Amino acid sequence: MKRFYGTELPNPLMLGTAQYPSPAILEQAFRASGAGVATVSLRREGAGGAGQAFWSMIRDLGVLILPNTAGCHTVKEAVTTAHMAREVFDTPWIKLELIGHTDSLQPDVFQLVEAARILTDEGFQVFPYTTEDLIVAERLLAAGCQVLMPWGAPIGSGRGLNNEYALRAMRAEFPDVPLVVDAGIGLPSHAAHAMELGYDAVLLNTAVARAGDPVAMARAMAQAVQAGQLAHQADPIEPRDMAEPSTPVIGKAFLS
Amino acid sequence: MKIVLNGEPREVRAETLGDLLAECGFSGRVATAVNEEFVPSSLRIAHKLAEGDRVEVVAPMQGG
Repeated sequence: MKRFYGTELPNPLMLGTAQYPSPAILEQAFRASGAGVATVSLRREGAGGAGQAFWSMIRDLGVLILPNTAGCHTVKEAVTTAHMAREVFDTPWIKLELIGHTDSLQPDVFQLVEAARILTDEGFQVFPYTTEDLIVAERLLAAGCQVLMPWGAPIGSGRGLNNEYALRAMRAEFPDVPLVVDAGIGLPSHAAHAMELGYDAVLLNTAVARAGDPVAMARAMAQAVQAGQLAHQADPIEPRDMAEPSTPVIGKAFLS
Repeated sequence: MKIVLNGEPREVRAETLGDLLAECGFSGRVATAVNEEFVPSSLRIAHKLAEGDRVEVVAPMQGG
């Protein structure tokens, strides 16, 4: 498995921590998923110190922490958020999100590239949430990113891989760059699909957190990414238009 | 002095950002910004607040 800024992930699943029915179910879902990376965010701290209880629970999971800049719409906002996240979570990793469109939460790739350059220069290890655009991908790599995270479909939509062709092209174009399908996964089959294409990991949240049984879905996702990864390594057959008998024709008894 | 803390207007006695956190009962893992600029924890004690400052105090939270 490829290394993410020098770090080898225990498995190809990155799991978000939002929207679970309760902290206990979040914790159980994480353990069931075996995910090695948890995405987290920063929000205004209330008087009760809710953030501290959450931090203590996440720390006890013993997973790698990937803070995000979710909800940021400008370079300045994202860069400031990244600095705050680095201090609070004590990691140079940042999942850089720069939202350009309210309905689709589509990344604003122009600001994304600019923010990625600034943060890389300041010592961050940037995981950019991007589209499947190859030119943007090149610009992100030139800005210093060593990981790319194209969307499968809009965040929370559960639509799977909207543009398989483009994701396949991205894999072919950047064979040595760790690639993660981030967002849009709704089912284990979507996650397996991403891995079958040769992606290095899948990042998902809503599909597990909002499932009727998040813990069972977490386990299903873990098995799906493993199956997809194994299938990719096993070199799948090419689809063909016509049937080809799998049972040998030679030696068949003449009975008609 | 009147400041805006996490979007809410407040009257506070603190003169520095460090004192403000203590006065308002923040502890543990938080990060701060004043007037949209990040203030690292090491600089909070020295960071003097001014009338009308907009202070943000954030903490770890669930995210995707």
